Amino acid sequence: MTNYILRFLDTSDIKSYIDKDGYEGLRRTIKMSPKEVIQEIKSSGLRGRGGAGFPTGIKWESLSNEKPAYIVCNADEGEPGTFKDRLLLESAPHLVIEGLIIAGYANQAEKGYIYIRGEYPEETKIIQKAIDEAKKYKLLGKNILDSSFSFDIEVKRGGGSYVVGDETALVNSIMGKRGNPWHKPPYPTQQGLWSKPTIVNNVETLSCVSLIMQEGWEWFSKIGSFDSPGPKLYCVSGNVKKPGVYEFPMGVPLRDVINTAEVDGVLKAVQIGGTAGPIYSTKSLTLTSTTDFWSLGTPGIVYGAKPLDFNLDFASMKKIGGSLGSGAIVVMNNDAIMVDVLEVTLRFFAEESCGKCFPCRYGTRQLYHMAKNIATGQGKEEYMDIMQKTAVSMAKASLCPLGQSVIMPLKGIFENFKGEILSFIRHQKYIKRVEI
Amino acid sequence: MKKVKVYIDSREIEVSPNITILEAAKEAGIKIPTLCYHKDLFPSGSCGMCIVDIDGQGIKRSCITAVKDGMKIKTITPEILETRKTILELVLSSHPKDCLTCIKHGNCELQQLAEMLSVREMPYEWYDRGLPIDKNSKGIVRDMNKCIGCGRCVTVCQEVQTVKAIDFHGRGADTIVAPPLGMGMEESVCVNCGQCIVYCPVGALYEKEAIDYVWEALKDKEKEVVVQIAPAVRVTLGEEFGMKPGELVVGKIYTAMHMLGFDKVFDTNFSADLTILEEGTEFLTRLEKGGPLPLITSCSPGWIKFSETYFDELLENVSTCKSPQQMLGALIKTYYAKENKKDPSKIVSVSVMPCTAKKFEASRPEMNASGYRDVDYVLTTREIARMIREAGIDFKNLPESKPDPLLSSYTGAGTIFGATGGVMEAALRTAIEVKTGKTLPRLDFTDVRGIKGIKEATLNVDGITLKVAVAHGLSNARELLDKVKEAKKRGEVLYHFIEIMACPGGCIGGGGQPLPTDWDKKKERIEGLYNEDKSLPLRKSHENPEVKMIYEKFLGKPNSHKSHELLHTHYTKRDAYKIEKKI
Repeated sequence: MTNYILRFLDTSDIKSYIDKDGYEGLRRTIKMSPKEVIQEIKSSGLRGRGGAGFPTGIKWESLSNEKPAYIVCNADEGEPGTFKDRLLLESAPHLVIEGLIIAGYANQAEKGYIYIRGEYPEETKIIQKAIDEAKKYKLLGKNILDSSFSFDIEVKRGGGSYVVGDETALVNSIMGKRGNPWHKPPYPTQQGLWSKPTIVNNVETLSCVSLIMQEGWEWFSKIGSFDSPGPKLYCVSGNVKKPGVYEFPMGVPLRDVINTAEVDGVLKAVQIGGTAGPIYSTKSLTLTSTTDFWSLGTPGIVYGAKPLDFNLDFASMKKIGGSLGSGAIVVMNNDAIMVDVLEVTLRFFAEESCGKCFPCRYGTRQLYHMAKNIATGQGKEEYMDIMQKTAVSMAKASLCPLGQSVIMPLKGIFENFKGEILSFIRHQKYIKRVEI
Repeated sequence: MKKVKVYIDSREIEVSPNITILEAAKEAGIKIPTLCYHKDLFPSGSCGMCIVDIDGQGIKRSCITAVKDGMKIKTITPEILETRKTILELVLSSHPKDCLTCIKHGNCELQQLAEMLSVREMPYEWYDRGLPIDKNSKGIVRDMNKCIGCGRCVTVCQEVQTVKAIDFHGRGADTIVAPPLGMGMEESVCVNCGQCIVYCPVGALYEKEAIDYVWEALKDKEKEVVVQIAPAVRVTLGEEFGMKPGELVVGKIYTAMHMLGFDKVFDTNFSADLTILEEGTEFLTRLEKGGPLPLITSCSPGWIKFSETYFDELLENVSTCKSPQQMLGALIKTYYAKENKKDPSKIVSVSVMPCTAKKFEASRPEMNASGYRDVDYVLTTREIARMIREAGIDFKNLPESKPDPLLSSYTGAGTIFGATGGVMEAALRTAIEVKTGKTLPRLDFTDVRGIKGIKEATLNVDGITLKVAVAHGLSNARELLDKVKEAKKRGEVLYHFIEIMACPGGCIGGGGQPLPTDWDKKKERIEGLYNEDKSLPLRKSHENPEVKMIYEKFLGKPNSHKSHELLHTHYTKRDAYKIEKKI
């Protein structure tokens, strides 16, 4: 475990943040030219922590020169099993704000927005208080730290839509429009808020920006893997004894993270990267090793001879056909019934589809309908083929990542637990479900 | 501009840059199936039907992807075909299966696509959305069970018309298009222009039909059923029977109307001429008295409700003239009844209009100057076509005939009412001759013709400089009138006379016209009207013999007390949305 980001916990009061050398990054920033700051972020190798893993420096560099430009902090953390941004917002708001101001300076933006999800009312208050404090300390507002740079931050609250986590939908929502994504291009960096260039960065990304400007790019690039440097927050939940946010260097083996959180019972499956991430069974994990990875039957402790090549960073996850996503790790033990996991997952997609594009709007509805039928004992064997076919078409023809990624968990469940689901469908009439 | 080279399905074609793959494919004669796309509207890319495979980029939507030099595109791969079919099967999984009784049967884009892609089995379980049908509006019925969510109606309502009556609500499969705050169309700001119907690919939006009422009236021996035909219908009805857009079929319409059993067939072109005399006189009076100017035309009922909702500060500028439909309706129950010694309570007045807003207009409470409703039933062009089909009439091969005298003679000025700029041109022909007392050497005012959104012209009449403007489509109207409104606040008069038509292209593009439609068809329809105008012996409203007669026999002179009573109206300010606080 590392403690670079999380060492700023409990700094919602500006004094305690400054005591930990907070806002030193901003002080250093305004002595540099905006170009130098972008170069520093580029050199650090920082990749976006929201899910896509796009290099932050390159995003900043690609911002169109048109003015005014806007910076948006994406705090619409809607991915199930993800709660790292929430922790930062409530316990280290100044770390986020500092990163946002630095981003504003580097991109010569005049205004920043923090788009915070509607389900975070307390965090909204905390962040607003932190903004007011920063203004008092002349760290925000007109002539920041007596320089010629002025920057203001406005907090916007979401209305409870998952899709708004997508940057184009988020931009629409800030403008007061329906939170539907649009087809890229144009990218927000070219035409975002009010058709002006806009950068959208995740909460954790901006926190890392603060760290980089505080400690320097060389320091940052030495942490984690070569491809994805820096520390990363992982959210572990599900059947673990110690759920929570853990900080590790990028590229940490999955086993280390799960071991730290201690599996409760016998591990059955892991889902990485949120609901849109694939689901791995212990079987598929062991397949990549030469020895037994999981000690099945020994509750709570995961030990194995080798850490295996299952590392949590963007490149390694891509190699195995998954995605790191937001860093959510949902652990399921042997009590988990996969038809239920399937139903819950697809219900989530059906409820959160924005309804704009046809494949997703109708596809999520039909997939959920079939999953519900399976889970309630009315499934048919051909469902598995139809569901697979539907999700494949959705992956090809949906407008945004929501519809495109339904295939990920679906494939994971169907490939790894085909037997369980088929036998459930075949013998459903003999199975008596007990409602708990 | 330099052309770019693209390869579509291994064919090399040169196209202009800045066009989409879909447009490029069309140029090459390759048809890519579409569903949410309409060439008149900004593409939303929502349906995913037009996907193509671009070398190096993977699957993209062709309607929203621009061509690039050297791009290699495949429109047909097994993967694409399967995806398209899956999407269509998904759409059909919640689409009502009542094609046989659907109003769009045979003219439905979803039906055509299902046929094209050979959908034979439905892998998905069909479900009923169970949504209520909104029938309360006077002009438009909304059946959201049939809606496929393409968003064309939303685009046209918000962007083209800027009425903003409808938008998407809810999300996922529960997404519906509706007015805000749970309102029905009747309570919303909807102006009944019916452009949403024009662009709906399926049967989710349609006119509120009056066919059954008209058949009932025709059955009733006691009733004298009188019909009037609007200017724009004569160049569009043929389309419903396989004829070309713009083909003049007015003689066949008269024959068909008589065959259907209407007792008298009149022509709204007559009252269009009459409108010119009333409105022209109103204009000259305002010009002499110094205002209020500009005078804005009042023939388009969609525009009238729009002005009452969004431009109430300009209501005094709107002409008090009723629309030609209402004028003729009022005269049928007064002048015609008197001349033929008929009991007005036994007269059923029917109109055939290119318009859904006319249905709303006819229902306005103030439209009963004679003591009876001016117009009882309004049929759209599509509805009269349905009645003709239902009666088994071979419309295309009908002989031509004449309308009934008294309220049906017309000039070319009346005919061009159906096209944008037509009312302005007709008014200028009469107003200038009346004002100057001299015969116009040339009758074509080409500056106000054409499909440019906002048209302007400056004329010199006896030393007075007249500035006129024409706008069609309510977004253009809004743009023009915002300027007029600002100028009015400053005490300036930007224009003397303004013509506004709610629908793009004027009445020939109305919400009741044959479907499907696009700008190419609309241009041909407009041409059809100007061709008739050119071919007529009389082209100035004040030369219309029956109009002269009605002033001699009945009305006295234009803007007389009697005409004010029967032919003029007043307007009501409307709140955009009444939001009552519930305690």
